[in-house]
Amino acid sequence: MTLVVNNVVPGASGRVLEGPCGPRKSQLSIARLGIYGFLIMAALFFLMPFWVMIVTSLKTLPEIREGNLFNWPSDPTFEPWIKAWFSACTGRDCNGLQPGFWNSVKITAIATVVSITIAAINGYALSFWRYRYANLVFGILVFGAFVPYQVVIYPLIITMRELGIFSTLLSIVLVHSIFGMPILTLLYRNFFASLPMEMFKAARIDGAGFWQIFFRIMIPMAVPITIVAIILQLTGIWNDFLFGTVFAGRQNMPMTVQLNNIVQTTTGVREYNVHMAATILTAAVPLIVYFISGKWFVRGIAAGAVKG
Amino acid sequence: MNMSEHSVSIRDLTLDYGNTRVLENLNLDIEQGEFIVLLGPSGCGKSTLLNCIAGLMDISDGQIHIDNRNVTWEEPKDRGIGMVFQSYALYPQMTVEKNLSFGLKVAGYKKDEIQRRVARAAEILQMEELLQRKPVELSGGQRQRVAIGRALVREAKVFLFDEPLSNLDAKLRSDLRVEIKRLHQRLKNTMIYVTHDQIEALTLANRIAIMKDGVIQQLADPHTIYNKPVNLYVAGFIGSPSMNFFQGTLQTGDETCFVTDSGTHIPTSSYQFARASSDSCSAVLGIRPEHIIAGEGARGMPFSTRVEIEIVEPMGSNTLVWTRVADQAVTFSCDSDQLLAPGQSIDIGFDPARGSLFDAESTLRL
Repeated sequence: MTLVVNNVVPGASGRVLEGPCGPRKSQLSIARLGIYGFLIMAALFFLMPFWVMIVTSLKTLPEIREGNLFNWPSDPTFEPWIKAWFSACTGRDCNGLQPGFWNSVKITAIATVVSITIAAINGYALSFWRYRYANLVFGILVFGAFVPYQVVIYPLIITMRELGIFSTLLSIVLVHSIFGMPILTLLYRNFFASLPMEMFKAARIDGAGFWQIFFRIMIPMAVPITIVAIILQLTGIWNDFLFGTVFAGRQNMPMTVQLNNIVQTTTGVREYNVHMAATILTAAVPLIVYFISGKWFVRGIAAGAVKG
Repeated sequence: MNMSEHSVSIRDLTLDYGNTRVLENLNLDIEQGEFIVLLGPSGCGKSTLLNCIAGLMDISDGQIHIDNRNVTWEEPKDRGIGMVFQSYALYPQMTVEKNLSFGLKVAGYKKDEIQRRVARAAEILQMEELLQRKPVELSGGQRQRVAIGRALVREAKVFLFDEPLSNLDAKLRSDLRVEIKRLHQRLKNTMIYVTHDQIEALTLANRIAIMKDGVIQQLADPHTIYNKPVNLYVAGFIGSPSMNFFQGTLQTGDETCFVTDSGTHIPTSSYQFARASSDSCSAVLGIRPEHIIAGEGARGMPFSTRVEIEIVEPMGSNTLVWTRVADQAVTFSCDSDQLLAPGQSIDIGFDPARGSLFDAESTLRL
């Protein structure tokens, strides 16, 4: 882009301003084009399977057999969605995904509340009430974040059996709460560590105790990080398959496990449209959470990563 | 134990932080209604000492008495103190009014009593119109006023200030400095004030405690600290621009005389010695730039010489001039109306009685 230099006009002061003046004109550079090109490609790459899932779930079985993977259904039908929700079969039970959904809601809600509550108290105590072995405790907790789940499953099963709670709602909630603890404690500790120590001291001089400072000063300030923690736990627990299979038992089978059972059932024809609908239904909760909370989620990840 | 009446009394205070000893056997008695400033460079233990008095840090040994009560083991809230922090430390989610009343609510005061105290603090600090605002909507100076108000509503016997003005810009700092002084004159509370800014210390304090490495070097009124520093460290720390130092020997005899390393004789007969010294010893003579007289009057001084000006620094109210005396860099200040230029020769002189002599070995005042 060239600047029009010949077209000189007197400015506000009456002086003639030549050359570059005022804000620089933005221009579409090659680098920017490249970035947008890449982003569009990436979006297409990830959206393509989703598109296929949606159109397939709206097709009838004969139409699916015709091929034409990407085509919009000639006669869209919601029958597969209804079937997936109410009457898809897993083994002998034909209740659809519905019971699994409510199980997942129960497990996720309870485990999210329990783990966040404990982690917030942990993080608060670790950053402000510096007792003697605080750093050691914190180190052990963070180490927990790096232990592969597979290693502890067997000992955990035995523990749960000995406690007499294996295959109950309590056991699955407990497992999720424990495994959420390291990362959530880290999140809260780093957040509280970024608050000025002097504020805590001021509160102590004002006479507030451990819980008063926690509930009346720290928690109101921790709203942003709590939103992040809720997102992390909500999506993490909802998406879990391993713990759900092992610990939940038949009565409390979460949606993911039930989805797997529906898709894996091998009797009769494979109802691709029902499978697609069931998968989208299962993925819907975390998807919605991500869509609503994208900004907060990124902020939380950044907060956890930068401050240490 | 019958001790005399002190507002705050610190006895044999020792504090270890890990393996490092931050404070050792520190003793400090503060009178009722006194404004005392703890002054020192960062890391000298002054803030630590304040935190110990507040009860925010566990001490390793010793006692702390406030208002003739041993509060060594008491919680911060029970010590009868109010504290103001450098970062203001306001509760960001609460309005100014809630910030002020939080401590009173926690302590379980009645509503009308809380209202009375908040109204009084707001009136004293002239911030009635700010009560419904949140801290983010306030300027730095206003925030610090709220923080002071939070200490005020506690109606504490002792006020603790931890570098309260360090986060403010120069203009606000001097405004709020006067406000703190006015507050002290009105309330007549005991105030302990930590700062690294010597102007704040000199302007506010009844007495200044200069600290270094966890030890109080000198505890005296500002005039004494400035004119009769007890050792080389205090002499160099206080005063801006800082004191000129001459290395040399103090010769005793019929007339004591200070001889610089380069052989210049400076008569010290007018100097009031803090201790009678019998032998000659190596010593340091310190003279403040503002005590050196330039031009006409210099000839009449006990010591005078003619020097060449090297650098001229106009400071507005006065001008700082760099030169050399007895092979050492020397600064002196003179009236800013005097027109001086580098290379110009000028007479300067001073009276050693206004200076300070220190033993070169022990660095103590002679």
